[in-house]
Amino acid sequence: MNQEKVGSLDIVQLYPRDMNIYGDWGNTLTLKRRAERYGYEVRVHDYNPGDPWPDYADLFVGGGGQDSGQFRVAEDLARVAPKLHEAASAGTPMLVICGLYQLFGREFRTGGGETLRGIEMFDLETVGGPERLIGNIVTESPEFGTIIGYENHSGLTTLGPDQAAMATVVSGAGNNGEDGTEGARTHNVLGSYLHGSLLPKNPAVADFLLRTAVETRGDRFPEASLDDTYAEHARGVAQTRPR
Amino acid sequence: MSRPLVRLLGQGVRWASSLRGGGSAFPGLVMEKLHPAFVAEELAKLPHGVVVISGTNGKTTTTKMAVQLLRSQGLRVFTNRTGSNFVRGVAASLLAEMNAFGRLDADVAVLELDEAHAVHFVKQVKPRYALLLNVMRDQLDRFGEIDTTRRMLSQVAKATTGTVVLNREDPRIASLADDVAADATVEWFGLSDALRPMFPSDDDMRDVLRQTENVELDSAQPSVARPAADVVLNAVKANSVDLDVHGQEHTATIDLYGVYNQYNAAAALALALQVLGDSADVASLVDELSRVTPAFGRGETVTVEGKPLQLLLVKNPAGFRLSLASASADDYATMIAINDAYADGRDVSWLWDVDFDSLRAGGVDIVSGVRAWDMALRLDYDLVEVGSVDTDLESALKQFIAGAGDRPMRIFCTYTAMLSLRKILGGMTHVDTI
Repeated sequence: MNQEKVGSLDIVQLYPRDMNIYGDWGNTLTLKRRAERYGYEVRVHDYNPGDPWPDYADLFVGGGGQDSGQFRVAEDLARVAPKLHEAASAGTPMLVICGLYQLFGREFRTGGGETLRGIEMFDLETVGGPERLIGNIVTESPEFGTIIGYENHSGLTTLGPDQAAMATVVSGAGNNGEDGTEGARTHNVLGSYLHGSLLPKNPAVADFLLRTAVETRGDRFPEASLDDTYAEHARGVAQTRPR
Repeated sequence: MSRPLVRLLGQGVRWASSLRGGGSAFPGLVMEKLHPAFVAEELAKLPHGVVVISGTNGKTTTTKMAVQLLRSQGLRVFTNRTGSNFVRGVAASLLAEMNAFGRLDADVAVLELDEAHAVHFVKQVKPRYALLLNVMRDQLDRFGEIDTTRRMLSQVAKATTGTVVLNREDPRIASLADDVAADATVEWFGLSDALRPMFPSDDDMRDVLRQTENVELDSAQPSVARPAADVVLNAVKANSVDLDVHGQEHTATIDLYGVYNQYNAAAALALALQVLGDSADVASLVDELSRVTPAFGRGETVTVEGKPLQLLLVKNPAGFRLSLASASADDYATMIAINDAYADGRDVSWLWDVDFDSLRAGGVDIVSGVRAWDMALRLDYDLVEVGSVDTDLESALKQFIAGAGDRPMRIFCTYTAMLSLRKILGGMTHVDTI
């Protein structure tokens, strides 16, 4: 492990106060610790509704929330959408999970019949389904390999014709339980329904986000590889667990 | 089928299933099928009615304390004490308590009900009192979202005919005051301002986890003036607490592990005051709290090879956090056992909502259970040293005890891990509850 400082990394956590359910903090923590182990000095910035937009960010991460939390952030998200689109077009990586993933689409029609406008980062639509899709899930992506997590959502998401998925479902429901897609990807922005948390058990995804963050600003990412023994065992066990 | 016949049949099934060592709810299931209104009819006869205790955390210990407080004042209390907190579990307990003439010798029923089953129960039996403790993220894969849990408890609040006792400090519980029936009343238990930061609600937890100075409430629920509470937990000391009861300061000796149990004591006392009404003797109730012992798996201490070993049930982030906050880590040998069976919650995401920094100094001797590797991974990202990982509970436990040396031992464990560990301990040595 490279303990020599190779620079700093600024991670912005989107809406931690309203969108932080099901252990999604684990994603931010994993990014922070892995970056530190690669030798970076890490600063985590919180962005909550109404806050001034951060001056600088290498990486954005945001999690799921209650429906009530989603209503609160939807309005603020519309306000900062141009900034997020600008960052995404420049290649800045982002990871949005569950509730925030839905709001990165075009719209979300809740089970209660209300419609939330999304910021159209992804070409997708979500409707509240009759029952929650809950359980262990395994997906496969050409870039990240096998992705393992736990899903818990009632929203059914349908991707637009040209929208890339993040992965293909091996077992579990994914975006809608029908078409075998899970999550979405545009530029370096990843959206997914997977909790678990997602990043601790999927270091390949975590390292993609970190590497992309560093390379987007023109720096080289360290060659070192981290000891992922615990993660590998945890992945092995998770794949054997019942839904 | 005639009623006495149904009861006798149920009692017979209870006797038969106790012979084969069967589950406590089975006879109740037989009763429920034969005579669905059985529970409601029996409980409706009690002079002080039915008390329902629900919430996500601390039900078992709080129910135990409330029962003990009421009994100390001379009431005959029926309770579902096996911890089988389903309607049919209640029916099974009823059968166990009835005499041969089918009469329940009790003045009041105090029932611990899981929030999902409480909804089902109150459709059949209207409680006279309800004590609603908290809504923490718990087994979310069963109930979906914490707002759903709140809606379940709202059904309990609405169905209560007498008094609903609520936790003033939990925003979702406090909001239930609006749902209480017009002819029922609301009473409160709470914390002093000094203690509030020790018990963050789920909405506050993220900020506390990240150790920011400024503990803010959910952005939609600004801190508002709180109602006056019957019982306020004022201060927590090593083995005692200061309680404000109707404006009078009392000191109670409480020998229960964890600050959360001391707050549960305040809740149980607030409930007992309502049930007892004007006849309550506050001084002797406070005194009785010193005689409360832990409920099964809720901080019970057993002696193994002459050394104390404490089993601490952890089932959600708030409970785990509070358990960790209750002892300094470096005094103990520590084991953590995480299973993911249905009763534990299949989703282990919740481990990422617990802050394990307090274990950094002493490390964790061993992690075990089906999800041991997830736990090791979690600890690693909080920079907590893990001695070893062994998914097999029995060999892990033996290794843990052998390696503990002179240190007292504690095991944080999920529900099914706790059941297994207790069984293994029972086979290794005589397990004594101190």
